Amino acid sequence: MNNLDMTLYRRRRLKNRAAMVLSVGAAGAGMVALVWILATLFLKGASGVSLSVLTQMTPPPGSDGGLLNAIFGSVVQTLIATLIGTPVGILAGTYMAEYGRNTKLTMVVRFINDVLLSAPSIVVGLFVYEIMVQPMGHFSAWAGSVALAILVLPVVVRTTEDMLLLVPDSLREAASALGAPRWMVIQRVCYRAARAGLITGTLLAVARVSGETAPLLFTSLNNQFWSTNMNAPMANLPVVIFQFALSPYEDWQRLAWVGALLITLTVLFLNIIARSLSKPSGGER
Amino acid sequence: MNDHAPGQSTTMQSRPNVELMKTELSDPVAEALREKVSVRNLNFFYGDYRALKDISLPLYDRKVTAFIGPSGCGKSTLLRILNRMYDLYPGQRAEGEVLLDGENILDPKADLNLLRARIGMVFQKPTPFPMSIYDNIAFGIRLYEKVPKSEMNDRVEDALKRTALWDEVKDKLQSSGLGLSGGQQQRLCIARSIAVRPSVLLLDEPTSALDPISTAKIEELIYQLKVDYTIAIVTHNMQQAARAADFSAFMYLGELVEFGTTDQVFTHPREQRTEDYITGRFG
Repeated sequence: MNNLDMTLYRRRRLKNRAAMVLSVGAAGAGMVALVWILATLFLKGASGVSLSVLTQMTPPPGSDGGLLNAIFGSVVQTLIATLIGTPVGILAGTYMAEYGRNTKLTMVVRFINDVLLSAPSIVVGLFVYEIMVQPMGHFSAWAGSVALAILVLPVVVRTTEDMLLLVPDSLREAASALGAPRWMVIQRVCYRAARAGLITGTLLAVARVSGETAPLLFTSLNNQFWSTNMNAPMANLPVVIFQFALSPYEDWQRLAWVGALLITLTVLFLNIIARSLSKPSGGER
Repeated sequence: MNDHAPGQSTTMQSRPNVELMKTELSDPVAEALREKVSVRNLNFFYGDYRALKDISLPLYDRKVTAFIGPSGCGKSTLLRILNRMYDLYPGQRAEGEVLLDGENILDPKADLNLLRARIGMVFQKPTPFPMSIYDNIAFGIRLYEKVPKSEMNDRVEDALKRTALWDEVKDKLQSSGLGLSGGQQQRLCIARSIAVRPSVLLLDEPTSALDPISTAKIEELIYQLKVDYTIAIVTHNMQQAARAADFSAFMYLGELVEFGTTDQVFTHPREQRTEDYITGRFG
C-alpha cells in the first residue's frame, strides 16, 4: 500500500473535481437561461392575457385589441406549409432510404438537404421574395406559406430517411417474401414501423417554423385587419411580435409579450407531444 | 482427399442417386418421389466473390430437406436463391437453373412477386409486422386474394391453429404481434407464410433464436406441415436436421459435398468431410 504515489492520485482527483464543476456549471447555465426566458415570458405576458386577445384584431396604437388575425394567419400559413412540405419531404426521404440507398443521387440530395437544413431562414425569405413576391407584385400569404414549406422540407426529409433506415431490412425481406410489391412493403410495413418517428419529425418541423420571422417579413408581411385572402398580405404572430415589440407604444409591447408567450407554449407543447411519441410504448417495442 | 474424389463426383450429380435413394427410404410404401424444385449447376456471386459453386440438388415434393454445414458455407445463400430474395440487393447474381415445377425461376422475366407468393420464407429472427396479430396473417392473403370477411376470419384461424398458436392468441387477435414472445412470434411468422398457401416453404435457421420448448414446437410443426408443403430448412443444429429432415445436403465452402437421405448422410456418409462435420471433428 505504501508504494502508491499519493500526490499523483490527489492531482488526478483534483482534475476530476474541476471537470465535474465545469460541466455542472455549464449545464446549470443552460437551465438558468431557459428558466429565465420562460419566467420573463410568463411575468410579462401573462398579465396581458385576456379573452380579447383571442377575439379582437391587432389594434392601432392607443386602442384596445387582440391578436386574432395574427393567430389565424400563423395557423393557416403553418398548416399550408406543412401540407406542402411534409408530403414532398416524406417522398424524398422514402426515395433516399428505400429506392436509392447508396446511389449518387441520394448522396447529392442528402448533402444539399443538410445545407438547406442549416440555411439562414432570412435567405429562404429573400429567395421566395425573388421568385414569388417580386413577379406577383405584392406580398401574399401564399408566398409566406411557400417560404415556411421550404423550411419544413429539409427537417422532414432528414427524419424520414433516418427513421426508415432504422426499420430493419429483415422486415422488408419478410414482406417481400410474401410476394408484396415494393411500394406495398414501404407503405404497409416500413411506414407503419417508422410511424412514430415520422410524426415526430413532422411535429418538430412545425415547431421549428412556427416561430420563424425572417422568411415571413419578406413574403406575407403583415396585415392590420382580418384577412382570409391567400393572395394578400396576412398577419402572423412572429411579424406582429417583431413590429409591436419594437414600437414605443406600451399596449403594443404588452401584446407582443402575449404573442411571444403563445408561440413559446405552442412550441413547448409540440415538443412534448413529439417526445412522448418517440418514446417506445409498452406494446410496440 | 484423393480417396474421396471419385465419390464426390457421383454425389455432385443428383440423377444417378435418385434411384438409390428411393430404395433407401424408410417408408416401405414409398410414394414416387417427385422433384418439386430442381437446382441445376447453380453458381452465385456476391460481386466478384463466388459464394456457390456448381450446386445441383433436388427438393422433393412434400419432403423436408435440410441444408447443413459450417457458417459461411453458403446454405443460407442457397435458400435465398430459391425465392430470389437476393434480387433485393444490387451486385448479387445467380447463374444456372432453378426449376420450380419445371419452370426456371432464375429467368429474368419471371415475376418475382408471384414467385414469392408461391414460395414462403421464415427467417432466423422472428419478423412480425408492426400490426395486429390478425393483420399480420391477413396481410399476405390480401395481397393476392379478395376474400370476404368471414372467410378471412376462417383463414386466419386455420393458419393460427396449424401453427398451434390459436389457443394462445385467440383472445387478443387485435393486439400487436410485437407483444408476443419470441417463440410465439416465430410461429406467427410461419402461420403468416402458410396462410397464403405457398407450395414450398423455406426456413432459414427458424429456431436458432428460440428456447428448447419453442424449438420443439416448431419441429413438431415442420413434421405436420410436410404433409402439404415442400420444405427446405437451413440449420446449424445437427440433431434438428436428423429429427426433422427426410433429406440432407451437406455444404462446405460453397460446394455441395453430399446429398442423400438424412439417414444415409448421418449414418453412412460417403464423404470424409461430411463424417468429420457430423461427428464434430471438423477442423
